[in-house]
Amino acid sequence: MRRALTIAALLFTATAQAETPRDFLTRFEKEAGSAASAERGARFFASKLGGEWSCASCHTEKPMQVGRHARTDKPITPLAPAANAERFTDAAKVDKWFRRNCNDTLNRLCSAQEKADVMAWLLALK
Amino acid sequence: MKKLIPAMLLLVALSAQADNYRLPKSPAFEEECGSCHMAYPPQMLHADSWRAMMGDLSRHFGSDASLDEKRRVAITDFLVANANGRKTGTTRDAAGKPLLRITETERFKKKHREVAAATFQRTSIKSPANCTACHRQAAAGDYRERSINIPK
Repeated sequence: MRRALTIAALLFTATAQAETPRDFLTRFEKEAGSAASAERGARFFASKLGGEWSCASCHTEKPMQVGRHARTDKPITPLAPAANAERFTDAAKVDKWFRRNCNDTLNRLCSAQEKADVMAWLLALK
Repeated sequence: MKKLIPAMLLLVALSAQADNYRLPKSPAFEEECGSCHMAYPPQMLHADSWRAMMGDLSRHFGSDASLDEKRRVAITDFLVANANGRKTGTTRDAAGKPLLRITETERFKKKHREVAAATFQRTSIKSPANCTACHRQAAAGDYRERSINIPK
């Protein structure tokens, strides 16, 4: 019985930690306090907004495909969840890359609304 | 003189080996440093260079490469433990600061003196930081002459 409980607890922890791309959309919308717009996300993704690069500079304008780092040329696996099941399944990674890449493209952190919009657009890509 | 010949032979043998790096394993290093560029062999810089670089990751050659503190310390320790500045030549710039780019080291410059700046800028290469463009086996630590193939 004790073993069964341990296994059940482990399973629960594992499911609680694994996240899906939709969870991030929900989280960012909640933080922003308003609904996401995929259309706004698409514009945001393709625009240079203060820095030398846009998101698309590395991820391409349609991130169902492989991108390339704008400086080093290293291939970047597709960002859209429909093309890459590993994307947006780990909160620490998602937070790390939004922090780094927003600083690189906007010279500041992204707002929750901006992140929600980008998530909505990425989730709509098929 | 009798002693000198074996010593010289040993040096020749060692320098032939030197272009083949034994890559120490670190999943954290490979994941964090290898996302945007090749995870360069730690032996290519001096420990002071790695320390300086890992202390300023939010401004990493114009990009934010910041890490959580636990990983930053672990990767710094790994790089420092495997660094080998001695073989790279002078390890500091004219102002006495540790060199931060592998391409600034004497060893790199000497090894690439026959490669024109324009070659590095070809769209198939893009930058001297893109080792694998020409050193096809670089990911395995192999920088030997016979593995070089410079793309058009």
